[in-house]
Amino acid sequence: MRRWLVRLAILGVICVVAGLYLTRPRTFGAEALAGLSADPARGEQVFWAGGCASCHADPKAEGDAQLLLTGGRRLESPFGNFVVPNISPSEQGIGGWTALDLANAMHYGTSPDGHHYFPAFPYGSYVKATLQDIVDLKALLDTLPASERASEPHEVGFPFNIRASLGGWKLLFYSDALLVSGDLTAEETRGRYLAEALGHCGECHTPRNPLGGWNRAKWLGGAPNPAGKGTIPNITPAKLTWSTEEIVEYLTSGFTPEFDSAGGHMAYVVENMSKLPESDRAAIAAYLKKVPSVE
Amino acid sequence: MRLIHGFGVAVAIIAAAGAAFAASEYEGAIKARQGLMRLNAFTIGQMAAMAKGETPYDAAAAQTLADNMVMLTKLDTGALWPAGSDNAATEGTNALPAAWAEGSDIGAKYMAWSDASVAMQAAAGKDLASLQGAMEALGGSCGGCHKAFRASQ
Repeated sequence: MRRWLVRLAILGVICVVAGLYLTRPRTFGAEALAGLSADPARGEQVFWAGGCASCHADPKAEGDAQLLLTGGRRLESPFGNFVVPNISPSEQGIGGWTALDLANAMHYGTSPDGHHYFPAFPYGSYVKATLQDIVDLKALLDTLPASERASEPHEVGFPFNIRASLGGWKLLFYSDALLVSGDLTAEETRGRYLAEALGHCGECHTPRNPLGGWNRAKWLGGAPNPAGKGTIPNITPAKLTWSTEEIVEYLTSGFTPEFDSAGGHMAYVVENMSKLPESDRAAIAAYLKKVPSVE
Repeated sequence: MRLIHGFGVAVAIIAAAGAAFAASEYEGAIKARQGLMRLNAFTIGQMAAMAKGETPYDAAAAQTLADNMVMLTKLDTGALWPAGSDNAATEGTNALPAAWAEGSDIGAKYMAWSDASVAMQAAAGKDLASLQGAMEALGGSCGGCHKAFRASQ
């Protein structure tokens, strides 16, 4: 009896070690960014499209104060509160990072010291961002003001605070597959990139399973508010019946066709979207019309 | 034993009724303030339609709308926002507890709306360009409160 138990234990250890190895944090090779030049002006467009300030700035910051990416906002979820870190170009932030570090973080969800990030940082969407955009973004981030505020640990309880388990999460749910395929015009393709990669709309608007992975069949079909009360709307054509002009107006001013004014997190999204060229907002509207309807 | 059980049931029923009564205690205020918001939306919507050229500019009509907007900002709406009518404490509203919290800057944000309305009142009846010029500040002032004090959806 005891021999079998010992063999079972050894098998268990082998499985865990193999599992940890197979799900180890992935990174780019050193040559991945070769030949890409950094442009902070393009990076600023990426910055607003990606909504970085909405999470990483102080929750009360307005206007230019949003450019101080000091962290501290709490993202509530069924797994606990994720505390947003300082990503300003300081020692407490990401001052020492290379563009490759940022690429590994945004594309693979891997930290510079080789650990998994929690997908509260939406690398599940940013995985689809181009490396050129990431390089441009890094150039922009380097120009922003520095904050010396120390990042705080996440308020996530056992067992969700075991970072190694995110390897398993990524194995199950991490994918760079596009959600809307088929024949898209150039405008719709741009809209898809803005919505699926940078704008990370799906992170809020798509329902998730109990482990927090997307229900991809219901892409943008609406979800309960992870912070507790209310729901985040279904923005597929089945429920979002606005014209593309009305969608563009909403993304520009926050006003619905009935002149209701966006509240909560969407108000931040509108602020970011309003800083992009109108053609980008029109592209997002065009993309939304092509998303498969979810009832 | 049955007596205790029955007593327990009676207490539960009274407590539930009390809770239900408490929830509906704010229903009137909540419905009234949501109606007020719809009136704000309607008023600004009519002005925005002129500003965007969707309806023809009419100086007298624009002035009336702008005057109405200023009147709306002057209403004393204290009774519409009683303590305990936030979305954490009761149903049927999206108003966040932050609006009632110590040190909330809701007053300043309200003044932004009021100031923008006064500016619109001076501009609306002049000509279309003046109306359009005052539109951005007025429209933007809605977001000041909604961003901070209104829950998503």
